[in-house]
Amino acid sequence: MNVTALSLPVVMPELILSLGALALILIGALRGERSVWLVTELAVALLGVALAVVVFDKRTEGVTFYGAFTNDGFARFMKALALIGSLTSLLLSLDFLRHHRYGGFEFPILMVLSTIGMMMLISASDFIALYLGLELMSLSLYVVAAYRRDDMRSSEAGLKYFVLGALSSGMLLYGMSLMYGFSGTVNFKGVAEALSGHAPVGVVFGLVFIIAGLAFKISAVPFHMWTPDVYEGAPTPVTTFFASAPKMAAMAVIVRIMLTAFPHISTEWRQIVTFVSIASMALGSFAAIGQTNIKRLMAYSSIGHMGFALVGVAAGSVEGAQGVALYMAIYLVMTLGTFAGVLSMRRNGEYVETIADLAGLSRTNPSMAFFLAAMMFSLAGVPPLGGFFAKFYVFAAAMNAGLYGLAVIGVLLSAVGAFYYLRIVKIMYFDEAAQPFDAPKTTQRIVLGLSSAVLILGVFVPAPLTSAALAAAKSLF
Amino acid sequence: MLAQAFFFWIFAAVLVGSALAVILARNPVHSVLFLILAFVNASGLFVLMGAEFLAMILIVVYVGAVAVLFLFVIMLLDVDFAQLKQGFVQYLPIGGLIAICVGFELWYVTAGWTRSPHPAAAAAPTALVGNTKALGLVIYTRYAFFFEAAGLILLTAMIGAIVLTLRHKVGVKRQDIAEQVARSPATAVELRKVASRAGI
Repeated sequence: MNVTALSLPVVMPELILSLGALALILIGALRGERSVWLVTELAVALLGVALAVVVFDKRTEGVTFYGAFTNDGFARFMKALALIGSLTSLLLSLDFLRHHRYGGFEFPILMVLSTIGMMMLISASDFIALYLGLELMSLSLYVVAAYRRDDMRSSEAGLKYFVLGALSSGMLLYGMSLMYGFSGTVNFKGVAEALSGHAPVGVVFGLVFIIAGLAFKISAVPFHMWTPDVYEGAPTPVTTFFASAPKMAAMAVIVRIMLTAFPHISTEWRQIVTFVSIASMALGSFAAIGQTNIKRLMAYSSIGHMGFALVGVAAGSVEGAQGVALYMAIYLVMTLGTFAGVLSMRRNGEYVETIADLAGLSRTNPSMAFFLAAMMFSLAGVPPLGGFFAKFYVFAAAMNAGLYGLAVIGVLLSAVGAFYYLRIVKIMYFDEAAQPFDAPKTTQRIVLGLSSAVLILGVFVPAPLTSAALAAAKSLF
Repeated sequence: MLAQAFFFWIFAAVLVGSALAVILARNPVHSVLFLILAFVNASGLFVLMGAEFLAMILIVVYVGAVAVLFLFVIMLLDVDFAQLKQGFVQYLPIGGLIAICVGFELWYVTAGWTRSPHPAAAAAPTALVGNTKALGLVIYTRYAFFFEAAGLILLTAMIGAIVLTLRHKVGVKRQDIAEQVARSPATAVELRKVASRAGI
């Protein structure tokens, strides 16, 4: 691998998306509001093409831009996940946008731009690339959170997310400047070399700030405050997007930065990651119990799941990285499936989002109830569904790394968390039937059915996913 | 050399003085004006250090755009600063606690300061290539990726600002120049025969 070469094939997926986004902006600007559906369909196609290139074109692997951009097996794996997340959220948003008549061809374009940011973030192997990718991703997210600007809650969500996001960016920048000061380079490999001896206090200080800034993006405790409000306030398809794709990117960059930039100071960051992980798992398990709004519940659920994924990061081994990659893949499937279910909760053409609305779903719409129940069991981590294996891999990695306490606490907290997932199943199957929902749209049915199938049948053919995750993890070491 | 030291002390003293004045001035408009003064002096320091590109950027971006924007915001939004200051005593304990913690951490860091084994090497001064040209030589080659990424971020910011603020309100009287030009006496003037003492 020649790091100094400016090799464009390495950035092919990003290039396709960037040029495509520019073309879409031109189409939208020239044809005006009439082009909304054309632009949306083209954006879907664009994400699909990028996904195909990421998955099938092995020639894109390599390092370019003088070591700032690394497209290795891990990056390809996580990029594929992020692209699947964006693509599915965009597909799920079509009916919602049509229903609420938010014209505006900008929505799909912002999602594409955000996806470019995620891919840059996943591939970032120096601090400047990391920061630019993160900002590109977040800036689009702030705007789509406030996309229903006439809706008070949506504006509040956007504003809250923006203010806290700006704060976290500041912390991240401060941490990175300290790292630069102590290592004299912004490149991850260079930082690792410079910090190979001992870690001065300033480095630990910078490490704390970097982890704080990144923990904000995956909404891990104690930087989770924005999550429930933003998830609840943002339009549901946007919430789907928030819960899926950006988490893939942020988790990927956490894994990459910890394993490639700070491998020699792992004792220092392991403490911090362990604390964040335990706190997230605990908050995700306990705070979700009292929720009545399903989007809020999913917000706490995602906080908890990020805690579980961080268990794998704390392990810091190949197994740990494999566990995280696997966890994120299965989390993506569960999240997309559940939100497809939430988006099909419509009664007389109006969207409803309280848990009580699901009462007796098994009698009014048995197939939807079955699929949603599968999602809930999987989220709770009940074997033999996918969610169980995700947890199994990260806990096994933690045990092998000697983090017994973390693994035991994690298992106990996942048992606590199972309570509120199973409560939803109970409400769907044993409560008095509420008024039935409208028939779900085709895309929602397909996404819900497909993700349930993956989670249920994944048990019989786990090899493709686990081996892909293993290959991805190995490319980091 | 003497002149350089003289200017350094002038710029530095005015910079520190005006920075203090930014937070001490009662009138927020004065604060912004002092901020501009601080920027100008900081750019003077940059010139003394031979970083003329940074000096110009500081003037163009910070004085020309950011500070003027601040001024607009302060003058156009009627912010009641007395009201903003009301909660000061109430938040003092927790704010003070945080300040003490951060201050302690800063002290701790500086106390444990050691020099990196690989200090960043200063670029060798060269008489052949100016600052601006040297930056230009790397920004479009070595750092092309960052440059393009920053461009995408600015594009996103622009789209975002338009999405969140542009409204096509109905019932607003907008000037349509094409329509105005296309008017002819036949469409613009109406002739009426008005009977005496009757009105229309």
